[in-house]
Amino acid sequence: MKDAKYIPEGAERCSLPKFIIWLGAMALIGVVGIIASINIFWNGLGVTGLNNYFGFGLWITFDLAVIALGAGAFFSGFLKYILKIDQLKNIINLAVILGFLCYAGAMVILAHEVGQPLRAWFGYWHPNVHSMLTEVIFCITCYLIVLTIEFIPIILENRQIKKFNFFDHLAHNFHIYMPLFAAVGTFLSFFHQGSLGGMYGVLFGRPFAVRGGFFIWPWTFFLFILSAIASGPVFTMLIATLMEKLTGKRLVDFNLKSLLGKISGFLLAIYIFFKIFDTWAWANGLLPKMGFTFDEMFNQDAGYGKWLLWFEIGICGILPAIMLIIPRIRNVAGLLYIASILTCLGVIVNRFVFTVQTLAIPVMPFDNWYTYIPSWTEWATSAMVVAFSAIVVSLAYRYLPLFPRENKLNP
Amino acid sequence: MSDMKQIHHDFEVKWGMAIDIDKCTGCGACMVACQAENNIPPAKDPFDRLRDVHWIYVYKLNNGREFPDNDVAYLPRPCMQCEHPTCVSVCPVIATTKEEEGGIVSQIYPRCIGCRYCIAACPYHSRVFNWFDPVWPEGMEKTLTPYVSVRPRGVVEKCTFCHHRYQKAKEEAYYQGKNHKDLEESAYQPACAEACPTGAIVFGDLNNPKHQVSKLAKSKYAFRLLEKLGTEPKVYYLSQREWVRRQGDHQLEQENKEEVKES
Repeated sequence: MKDAKYIPEGAERCSLPKFIIWLGAMALIGVVGIIASINIFWNGLGVTGLNNYFGFGLWITFDLAVIALGAGAFFSGFLKYILKIDQLKNIINLAVILGFLCYAGAMVILAHEVGQPLRAWFGYWHPNVHSMLTEVIFCITCYLIVLTIEFIPIILENRQIKKFNFFDHLAHNFHIYMPLFAAVGTFLSFFHQGSLGGMYGVLFGRPFAVRGGFFIWPWTFFLFILSAIASGPVFTMLIATLMEKLTGKRLVDFNLKSLLGKISGFLLAIYIFFKIFDTWAWANGLLPKMGFTFDEMFNQDAGYGKWLLWFEIGICGILPAIMLIIPRIRNVAGLLYIASILTCLGVIVNRFVFTVQTLAIPVMPFDNWYTYIPSWTEWATSAMVVAFSAIVVSLAYRYLPLFPRENKLNP
Repeated sequence: MSDMKQIHHDFEVKWGMAIDIDKCTGCGACMVACQAENNIPPAKDPFDRLRDVHWIYVYKLNNGREFPDNDVAYLPRPCMQCEHPTCVSVCPVIATTKEEEGGIVSQIYPRCIGCRYCIAACPYHSRVFNWFDPVWPEGMEKTLTPYVSVRPRGVVEKCTFCHHRYQKAKEEAYYQGKNHKDLEESAYQPACAEACPTGAIVFGDLNNPKHQVSKLAKSKYAFRLLEKLGTEPKVYYLSQREWVRRQGDHQLEQENKEEVKES
């Protein structure tokens, strides 16, 4: 292999041509996304499926979902560096990279999303302290910087880069201060995960989203944090498993996967308990006060039926929580993966309904239900982010020692 | 519920509207007048209502009964200029405010980043986004109102109660040495109220007893849209038809029965 000297010591990788074909396939998806991007920036947001009823759509759903799933980075960092769960060191590198990609990807999508991307910095220049979105802008950008700082020492671990004393020492120093960055990341991430939920909870003109709360924070603030930390660890584990399937190697111990499943399972159980309580209080307290009934919040014909709620709470909440908590189920690989996929799916559905269903419901009694259908440009740009993320993860896996146990697990 | 509703000021002057639905014929003159006055470009696709830029929109209401009991009504909907606006507190860049005397919710186009969070927040659909570049047919640009800035693609806009006319009225009052907080009704009228052929739209200061709107707002036939949400709109509607008043807000079955009993 021509690039053998860059590959981590003792590790085996596929041939370079095979790797390039894989990268090329991903790049092709990326190119379609770039064409869509040019179309959007040139012609404006009129080329998307968004409109004056659906000001938010696939992009915001995508952003919220990847930010929630990317919570694996901050939460794994919190568990490893603050709570000292040492076993997590075997997956923390991947968690950091995924976190970085999720947040960087969300930023790329946000740049498409805003009508005036060149004014995006106004969030800092003219901040409205009353807006949850201001806090999201602050925390996401700051946290992306933290994630970049956390990503750098992983890159410096490359065999060839490490040969330079300066980089070796730099990486060492980064590691010493990592608990500090993990703490800062935890603080920032907690707040913006919450603020993303708060963004919907404060919409007192939207009966589907609005919630009561504690002080200035609506209940969605806390629910979004809980659902993110419940899904983040299993998402990291699922990606590691996907990488195992693609490479045909064992990358992390099953014990670690099971541990991540257990952590997610307990957090999911806490989340789903409060989610059910919140839904009940909303349906029986808040909605009638606004003159609405629970039934009026759903419309099967428009594509927003009650099944979404039952699917989210039952199939993607209660069921995986039980599966992940019971060791006998959790320790069967297939069942662990199914429960983890359901957990992640539940968070995606949650972010979707808060983003899209909120806007689909006619609030004025004489208005109608509308259905949002994303355009190809929205799909292509979202796929582009996924494809480029796959390229970065592939490069990181090939040239960086991502998984400390890889060599021992594959003698 | 959130304390976001508490972010508001008390004003001496509160510009508001009273729209008599029983007088509205649904002719759309208010929409046309608004479009011309506020430099709203012709729609790229006139049939795409959800992408259309409009500051006032006429909704058709129906009592849902079969002939011969069927009845319709038309409801022009400008920005409600709410006392507790849902849109102001959510804007991340203070591109929309409610600070100026008169209580009109502003929209600062050069500051708007086009995030559309305000659109998501407003239950009245009073806010619209510029999905396309504004294009006027050749020659039509000469008819633009010089006091109203045109908006670029990528920003949100909304009804301002023809704020430029308010500015003009205030300037005239200063010039003539009059109190700008006690303007005559005729000194400041938005284009829609001026154009309405049946006089259905009445505009003025809700706090000024000399203004007709302050009396109409207290009529027993007056109601506001979605009052239960707590937005406190400053646009009042009037109708002697009960089914029309009922469509102003959502009622639970129980509430319906209670009201029927009372009547």
